Amino acid sequence: MSEGHSTYTPKTGLGRWFDARMPLPRLVYDSFIAYPVPRNLNYAWTFGGILAIMLVAQMLTGIVLAMHYTADSNLAFGSVEKIMRDVNSGWLLRYLHSNGASFFFIAVYIHIFRGLYYGSYKAPRELLWILGCIIYLLMMATGFMGYVLPWGQMSFWGATVITGFFTAIPLVGDWIQQLLLGGFAVDNPTLNRFFALHYLLPFMIAGVVVLHVWALHVVGQSNPTGIEVKSKTDTVAFTPYATIKDAFGMLVFLFFFAYFVFYLPNYLGHPDNYTVANPLKTPAHIVPEWYFLPFYAILRAITFNVGPINSKLGGVLCLFGAIVMLFLVPWLDTSKVRSAVYRPWYKLFFWVFVADAVLLGWLGSQPAEGSYVFMAQMATLVYFAFFLVALPVLGLIETPRRLPNSITEAVLEKNKGGGGHLAGATAAPETKG
Amino acid sequence: MSATDTQDPNRRDFLYVATGMAAVVGAGAFAWPFIDQMRPDASTLALASVEVDVASLTPGMSLIVKWRGKPVVVRNRTEQEMKDGEAVKLADLKDPIARNANLPADAPATDANRTTPGKEAWMVMVQVCTHLGCIPLGQEGDFGGWFCPCHGSQYDTAGRIRKGPAPENMAVPVFKFISDTKILIG
Repeated sequence: MSEGHSTYTPKTGLGRWFDARMPLPRLVYDSFIAYPVPRNLNYAWTFGGILAIMLVAQMLTGIVLAMHYTADSNLAFGSVEKIMRDVNSGWLLRYLHSNGASFFFIAVYIHIFRGLYYGSYKAPRELLWILGCIIYLLMMATGFMGYVLPWGQMSFWGATVITGFFTAIPLVGDWIQQLLLGGFAVDNPTLNRFFALHYLLPFMIAGVVVLHVWALHVVGQSNPTGIEVKSKTDTVAFTPYATIKDAFGMLVFLFFFAYFVFYLPNYLGHPDNYTVANPLKTPAHIVPEWYFLPFYAILRAITFNVGPINSKLGGVLCLFGAIVMLFLVPWLDTSKVRSAVYRPWYKLFFWVFVADAVLLGWLGSQPAEGSYVFMAQMATLVYFAFFLVALPVLGLIETPRRLPNSITEAVLEKNKGGGGHLAGATAAPETKG
Repeated sequence: MSATDTQDPNRRDFLYVATGMAAVVGAGAFAWPFIDQMRPDASTLALASVEVDVASLTPGMSLIVKWRGKPVVVRNRTEQEMKDGEAVKLADLKDPIARNANLPADAPATDANRTTPGKEAWMVMVQVCTHLGCIPLGQEGDFGGWFCPCHGSQYDTAGRIRKGPAPENMAVPVFKFISDTKILIG
C-alpha cells in the first residue's frame, strides 16, 4: 500500500528546503497522515499504538527510576524502599513502571490473540509476525530481569529457578548457568549485569519495533475480513480516522492502567517481594510474574522422563517449544482464508485455545501437586495440539463461509443490517471504522 | 577472474583472503573478553572454599554455611539416622548414584558413599533441592531427612531423593576433614 506515490507537497519555503535535503516531514506525512488504512479496522487494531506508548512510558519511568536505584546486592532493596518513601513522587514512578510492565503484557497478549484470530500472520505478513515474536521474546527477557532488580525474595528465587533452566542442558548446562550468573548462585554480579541488560533491552525492542512498523507499512494492515485492499474505497486516511480511533483506544486502556496504579498497585505483584532476598531461605511457593504463568505451568507439567530426556530437560524444552510454536504459526496454518470470521471451526478452536491459555495461567499460580499436575499436563497437550494439529488440519478439511468480494462490500452489507451470514461475527464488531 | 590480466592467483586475491582471515581472527579475539568477563570473577572464586569448625556439633546437630552462595549443611547424624540410612536398599532409590564429588561419578548411593570414610556420622551436603533449586527444610518429611516445601520432594537421612519431583540426590561437595574438628569445603 505504501507503493503508491507520495502526495506530500510542502507548503512553506522552509518545508521545501527541508524536503530537498532530508525528507523527514514527508516520511511522517506519508506514514501517519495520508497512509491508507482499511476502513473496517475494529478496536482490536488499536493495540499496536497502545503498545508503542507503553514502550515509551516504560522507558521514561525506567530511566528516571535508574537515577535513584542502586544495583548492589546490599543496597538494592533499600534503594527501592527509598524510592517509595523518600524520593518525591518516587512511589508513583515505581508503581507506574511495575504496573506498566503488566499492562504492556496485557496489551501484547491482546495484540497477539488479535493476530491469531484474524490470521494476520499469513502471507505476505510472515516477517511482520516474526518480528513481533522477537519483540515479545525481548519483552520477556526485559520483564524477567526487571523483576530481579528490587532484590526481594521473589526476585532472587525467580532468578534462581529461571537460570536453573539452563542447567537442564546436557554437558554444558552448569557452565552456561555460571556464565549467566557470574558466580555459582544468584548474587551481586548477577544483579549488576541484569540491571545493565534491563536498561539496554528496551532500546533493542525499540529498534525491532522500527523494523516491525517498516514491514507493516510495506505489506499494509490486515483487517477483520482478511481480504486484501483492492481499491481506494476500501481504505480511509490514517488521519483523522485511525488517529482518533487509536487515541480513544489508548485513553480507555490508560484509564484501566491508572485504576491499577492508584487503587491496586500491588495486586499484580507478590507480597514476598517486599522481603529482602535471602539466599538461605526459599519462600514456600515460588511463582513468576503473572505474564509468565502459562509457560511456568507447562514447565512444571512435565513430571515424567521420555526416553533419554529427563523430566527437567523435558519441561524446559516444552517451555521454549511453547514460544517456538508462535514463530512457526505462518507455516503451520494451511488455510487459504485468513480471518476466523469466515472459519467456523477455526473460530471454535481459537476460543478453546484462549481458554486453555488462561487455564494454564491459573494452573501456573497453583502449587504443583495432586490434580493440578494432571490438569496442567492436559492443558499443555491442548496448547501444543492447537498449533501442531488444529492449525494444519483445519485448513485442509474446513469449509469456509463465502467471502465478500471486497472490504467495501463487506462493510456495506453489514450496514444494510441484512448481512445474515456475518451475524456470527458479532463477538468482533468490524465495521466501526 | 579479475579485470586485469595478471597471473592467477593475483595480488588482489591474496589481499582478499588475508584480510578476511585477519577479520575473522580479530572478531574472535575481540569477542572473547566480552564472554570471558561473564565468568565468575576472582573474588567469587576466592570464596570457592570455606573452612568450618564443627567442634561444637554433638550428634543431632546441624549447621549451615554459605559456600559459593549456596547453603551447605554439615550434620552430625544420630545413631538412628545412620541406621535408617544404611537400612535402605539401593533398589528403593529413585537416584542410585551417590552424587558425591569426592567419589567416582558412578559410585552407588549407599549410605557410606554419601559420607566420607571413617566419618560416616557426618553429612556434608549442598542443601539445594535438585528440582528447581529451593532450600529444603531439615529433619522433616516421611523419611526423617529433608523436605522441600516448594514442590514436595522428600529426602532421607543421607540426603537421597525418595519421593517427589526432584530427579537427583542432593549433591555432596568436595570436602575433607583437615583435623578432627575442622572441615574444608571446596
